[in-house]
Amino acid sequence: MSNDSTTFTRLPATDAEREDEGRATRAEVVDFWAERFGVPPETFADYTFWERGAGKIWVYRGDPPSPVDVEGLGMTFLRTRQEHWKPTLEAVQRFGHHATTNVVHLEENEAEAFVAGHDQELDWDGDWGYLVVTHDLAGDPEPVGVGLYVYGELRSQVPKGRRRELDG
Amino acid sequence: MEPPDRYRPIVDDFEAFREACERPLPSVVRVNTIKASVADVRQALAEADITADPVDWHDRVLVLPEDPPGNNWPYFHGWIHGQEEVSAVPATVLDPQPGERVWDACAAPGSKTTQLAALMDDRGEVVASDNNLGRISALRSNTERLGATSVAVTHEDARNHSLSPFGGATYDRALVDVPCSCEGTIRKNPDAFDDWSLSHVQGVAGVQKGILARAVQATDPGGTVVYSTCTFAPEENEAVLDHVLGEEDCELVDYDLPLTHRPGVTEWQDEAFDPSVTRAKRIYPHHNDTGGFFCAKLEVTG
Repeated sequence: MSNDSTTFTRLPATDAEREDEGRATRAEVVDFWAERFGVPPETFADYTFWERGAGKIWVYRGDPPSPVDVEGLGMTFLRTRQEHWKPTLEAVQRFGHHATTNVVHLEENEAEAFVAGHDQELDWDGDWGYLVVTHDLAGDPEPVGVGLYVYGELRSQVPKGRRRELDG
Repeated sequence: MEPPDRYRPIVDDFEAFREACERPLPSVVRVNTIKASVADVRQALAEADITADPVDWHDRVLVLPEDPPGNNWPYFHGWIHGQEEVSAVPATVLDPQPGERVWDACAAPGSKTTQLAALMDDRGEVVASDNNLGRISALRSNTERLGATSVAVTHEDARNHSLSPFGGATYDRALVDVPCSCEGTIRKNPDAFDDWSLSHVQGVAGVQKGILARAVQATDPGGTVVYSTCTFAPEENEAVLDHVLGEEDCELVDYDLPLTHRPGVTEWQDEAFDPSVTRAKRIYPHHNDTGGFFCAKLEVTG
């Protein structure tokens, strides 16, 4: 399957239904969010998961017949077929409120630097790897994107096209 | 004769209309209720010292009189989307319900698509089509930023819309916000009249007829189709409705719109249209201090 294909294939529910060995299963995707971020599996009860291109997983709140030949199906959600699975910024903004572990909360100036794409030194005594990054907005913590924490540093994973120098 | 002068016979207070066309519009944003409440957005904008004024006809539309809409925290989080005030009309008139299947025939760049998904509480299915891959990329990026998970995007000419990717399923409602000569956007795009030509108006009207006809065919009997343009030309508005009323199983229905407006016109130059086109609404820049717009609601009868 090439990355420019417009064919979305639904993830198999479990291992037993898997035909493509490299393809993640729905169970693995839901487990990943539960184990890494503490997002309850029932959060995704109404959603289907789809792969288009190797390892690009999409989340869709609908149930079309698989495969479906379209340009977009819901939103990009997760990158698999690599050593460490990586959630997208969009997935974290949409579902990150449910996260309870591996969540790092930034102060305002740190959040602005993160969105501008800057890496920053940060004390963090939790797991290394991909973190849900939050900051306060309208009085509550709000998930802003994905950071990669390694070697005492929070590396901004905000895609180039989404980076901003915010007005404040 | 070119716009706006050609509309002198159908626009009341023509001088006020012409003057309004020359005034710029303020930034307007729509609150994306998929991700945030109106109260959250107002608080977040206040925290950023951005003035946001409500409008009296739509509780999810805010005017930012002093700031561009796109460089603040609420925008980055997908809590707001820059969208001209009258552009919020057609999805509101379509009134899609959670769980329904809706087609957005000319969807890019996605302001109305994401508004439909929000009105449906992001539950159901919005099939969003466009025939231009570059604009589809803008549609996809807006869909993602606004967190709409119920939108499927297809690349096709809406006149030949295929139901096959979704197993042949038809729609409960369709939004037909067609490509047009864009005269109503003159306040935002001061060059909108520069490339105007009657032949373009006539050519695009043919496309509009084909798209509206396909939308009526793809919608279930009893379902709703909303037709809208951001232009004043009767050739692209009432004449398109008149044509499709004659060709497809549908009728125009009344609806409420709490913005000052005028009814569709039944005569233009040497043409007369079906009397029911008066149920369509014309929105002029000088009545509500907005852009110009045209919006009609149809019920599928066949």
